[in-house]
Amino acid sequence: MSGVFAPAPGRASMRSVVASQIRMELTLTARRGEAVVLAMGVPLLVLLGAGLTEVTNVPGDDRLAFVVPGVLALTVMSTAFTGQAITTGYERSYGVLKRLGASPLTRPGLLFAKTAAVLGLIVVQLIALAAVGLAVGWRPHFEAVLPALGITVLATAAYSGLALLMASLLRPEATTGAATLIYVLMLAAGGIMFAAPDLGTWGWFVLPLAAHAEALRETLSYGRSVPTAIWLSLGAWALVLVTAAARKFRWE
Amino acid sequence: MTAIEVRGLRKAYRGHEVVRGIDLEVARGEVFALLGPNGAGKTTTTEILEGHRRRDGGEVRVLGADPGTAGSEWRARIGIVLQDTDDAADLTVSEMVKHLAGFYPDPRPPAEVIDLVGLTPKGGSRIRTLSGGQRRRLDVALGIVGRPELLFLDEPTTGFDPQARRHFWDLIRALAAEGTTILLTTHYLEEAEALADRLAVLAAGEIVAVGTPAGLGGRASAGAKVSWRENGVLRTEQVADPTPLIRELVAADTDLSSLTVTRPTLEDTYLTLIGAHL
Repeated sequence: MSGVFAPAPGRASMRSVVASQIRMELTLTARRGEAVVLAMGVPLLVLLGAGLTEVTNVPGDDRLAFVVPGVLALTVMSTAFTGQAITTGYERSYGVLKRLGASPLTRPGLLFAKTAAVLGLIVVQLIALAAVGLAVGWRPHFEAVLPALGITVLATAAYSGLALLMASLLRPEATTGAATLIYVLMLAAGGIMFAAPDLGTWGWFVLPLAAHAEALRETLSYGRSVPTAIWLSLGAWALVLVTAAARKFRWE
Repeated sequence: MTAIEVRGLRKAYRGHEVVRGIDLEVARGEVFALLGPNGAGKTTTTEILEGHRRRDGGEVRVLGADPGTAGSEWRARIGIVLQDTDDAADLTVSEMVKHLAGFYPDPRPPAEVIDLVGLTPKGGSRIRTLSGGQRRRLDVALGIVGRPELLFLDEPTTGFDPQARRHFWDLIRALAAEGTTILLTTHYLEEAEALADRLAVLAAGEIVAVGTPAGLGGRASAGAKVSWRENGVLRTEQVADPTPLIRELVAADTDLSSLTVTRPTLEDTYLTLIGAHL
């Protein structure tokens, strides 16, 4: 009697489970399209304000060469960290995550899907902002785009790990507050609108945003390679935060 | 074959013990109901069996595995109908069902599942626009889309109108008829009586009775109350077995047009059982 109700145990391959989850995350992101566009408002304002006027002192003569990569790095942090921490915090309190926890989707599977979806969104945002930069006169070195992309993947993983960790440990209201505060602090001290505090190589380890921005400047604006200390810094941040998120992540 | 095996299960929150040494056995293919007042430990017990909550002590086997450590292969064999979810999802009903179906190797066709829970007219609506009862029916659809061997239903019909509840009962009976094991927690005694092969009554973290709905707490042997009118006067007798009395009445040619034989209802038995533990 194998009618419609006959139990059929097993599970789909983890690859298709995760692919399905990535699709769902992207669909949900598209449904909040207005929030995604709004999230690009601050970076755009910084790009046009600090890039085209003398409101701040930036190192070097080429303002756009300094400001545009910084704005790209800021956008990565805004989407992968601030936006994701807030969304995931509320998803947990609404029971979305509990629903997924009741399914065969594993914790690492969900974390990977969320990070991959956020990376997809970031690529679209970066292309849009870079296009604005090009339009106002930024002249990047396209041949350096691969290392720039590599360091951006590491930064995304690190921010995403921190976002999911915070969403697991704090209540959604506290997550929103803390994520916003960190965003503002990083915007001020992260070397986006003006030079970051000079902490030497250690600065790259303390301020991941400044490290990421500098790596994008070295590659995209100047066609040089990513400093080893920055690879190490963002690699370490990514490893520690993703591991911590995988350990501490809670479905409810 | 047992689907669920529990020995000496214990769980405390901040030093307050809410599950105090539960033993439970549910056979494959059985519909088993957990009854009990709020705070009796039903949801905690269920969540431990689902692998959502850690236990403090005791042995637990669900489909042959320890839910505390079982992986996603095991998770794909169980279905869970959650209580109180409020995923403010911007997905539509049909997108959500399709999405979850994608997690299982041989899911039921999403359209069929949506139809089974009576949500076909709402298939294209965003989840946030559903009413409470429709939301619960979506939860049921998401719980069964993977063709689970074992289905957990935590107060599934809260917020259903009577017709929707009957419809839901038919669905559960159909699932059970095809061999799905079902663990049901409910406040509604008539629901447990209508669906369950066996049930357990939980009070203050302990099981106070286990049995069939007809035999729970000695209900079958509790005797019967026989009433009839004789010459306009109401007569009532409490007897262990009503048969000899009725035979006598028939032999005496008594008018039995108003005869009633009543046994304690499940509700009477239930209230007695939990009353002793409050």
